[in-house]
Amino acid sequence: MSDTPKIRLRGLTKAFGSKVVLDGVDLDIRARHSMVILGGSGSGKSVTLKCILGLITPDAGTIEIDGQDVARMSRREREALNDRIGMLFQNGALFDSLPVWENVCFKLLAQRRISRRAARDKAAEVLAQVGLAASVGDLSPAELSGGMQKRVGLARAIAAEPDIIFFDEPTTGLDPIMGAVIDGLIVDCVEKLGATAVSITHDMASARRIGDDAAMIHKGRIVWRGGAANLGETGNAMVDQFARGEREGPIQMELRK
Amino acid sequence: MDRTLDLTAALGRVVIGFLRSVGAIAIFAAEAISHLVRPPFHGRLFLKAFIEIAWFSLPVVALTAVFTGMVLALQSYTGFSRFNAEGAVANVVVLSITRELGPVLAGLMVAGRIGAAFAAEIGTMRVTDQIDALSTLSTNPMKYLVTPRILAGTLALPLLVVVADILGVMGGWLIGTQQLGFASGAYLKSTFDFLHAADVISGLIKAAVFGFVITLMGCWAGYQSGGGAQGVGRATTSAVVASSILILALDYILTAILFAR
Repeated sequence: MSDTPKIRLRGLTKAFGSKVVLDGVDLDIRARHSMVILGGSGSGKSVTLKCILGLITPDAGTIEIDGQDVARMSRREREALNDRIGMLFQNGALFDSLPVWENVCFKLLAQRRISRRAARDKAAEVLAQVGLAASVGDLSPAELSGGMQKRVGLARAIAAEPDIIFFDEPTTGLDPIMGAVIDGLIVDCVEKLGATAVSITHDMASARRIGDDAAMIHKGRIVWRGGAANLGETGNAMVDQFARGEREGPIQMELRK
Repeated sequence: MDRTLDLTAALGRVVIGFLRSVGAIAIFAAEAISHLVRPPFHGRLFLKAFIEIAWFSLPVVALTAVFTGMVLALQSYTGFSRFNAEGAVANVVVLSITRELGPVLAGLMVAGRIGAAFAAEIGTMRVTDQIDALSTLSTNPMKYLVTPRILAGTLALPLLVVVADILGVMGGWLIGTQQLGFASGAYLKSTFDFLHAADVISGLIKAAVFGFVITLMGCWAGYQSGGGAQGVGRATTSAVVASSILILALDYILTAILFAR
């Protein structure tokens, strides 16, 4: 088996005006493993994810997926790469104007890989994988609770059977039980697909449940890498403070007095 | 001296900002147009936008046209009667409606309805990550959101203007025959004798340009919006204001070009 990481980031840098958000991020993500990127608000987690997805262009640094530098890819190659990627957005980002079944099968329909009639059956099948009844497919996203929206978002992310899936704060805004349910679904779906998963979160319980590996980003740099199982007892003062949610420690919140 | 320099610098910043915006909008428009000839095509979305613009704007455009034709007949009669030229009322109504008021008023009405709606819808999609979601679902947001709307606007507004022309002339005819004492046949004969194909066609060309501008500005404002609900509100306002001003400015430019002697 090749030692090439599925995703390799080197020296990733991004600034918005004078604010440096990413300051040389280096990170390797192993194929068929689940990586959790931890970090506080504004630490650069989401920007890292958006850079990998091609939604934001980094100022410097390289992003390699399967050993290929994405910056050197042609538009067609980038589109082909995107076809292999799934994404669960923090707030679901479901399309309001479409019913749930069309949201779930959006990518398959957009690529003409499936007819509209077949898409309804496929949507019912994928909705069942995330624990939702087929009848949910006819509802509008506005009619769903937060937990159901997350599950539909997950169904949409896995419907095209991607080999890389990104999860942006998958449990934010959910009660602890629903958070655990979503985490369980994520683990099941990723295992079933044999996919590489990258999640960003600041929910420690969620990170331990869904992650094989973990990395912590602080002020635009990766400050720690290790296993996700032992978060809170890593020996790294920053990670342990973050994992335990302690006020005192090396990470100081900038509060105006 | 410092004050003069400050003023010059401020003026320069405004001019550079304006030119930068014009350039960005031109690139945005060029990209949207380029998707017209690059598959896949989203016919269903085009049809939806076309119905939204052409069918659902029909009542407001029709009412505006009828009342404008009626007022035009009344006002021109009042003015022309001062030098015994009442017979020109039908001519003035039909020329004013087909050349100017039909396209301009329909454009302004559609700018208020559709420009605002497109900016709000696309702006909300922007601030709720739906546009980013499109990209991750192998769908080009420009091709999916902008191109069908711009094409629909460019084709739908001329159709609305045809209706506005007919109803505007009817409004004038109604007042002319029911209130001002014109004979119906004579009024209509005067209308059609005086009307040239170029009058109608110039109005339809203007309508197509206005439809393009309204949908372009609506999509642009929504696409660039940020900053939550307030940002979407700002996008909606700027879409309507920008397209209304552009309609009036382009009306002058197109009139100067189309009727240049």
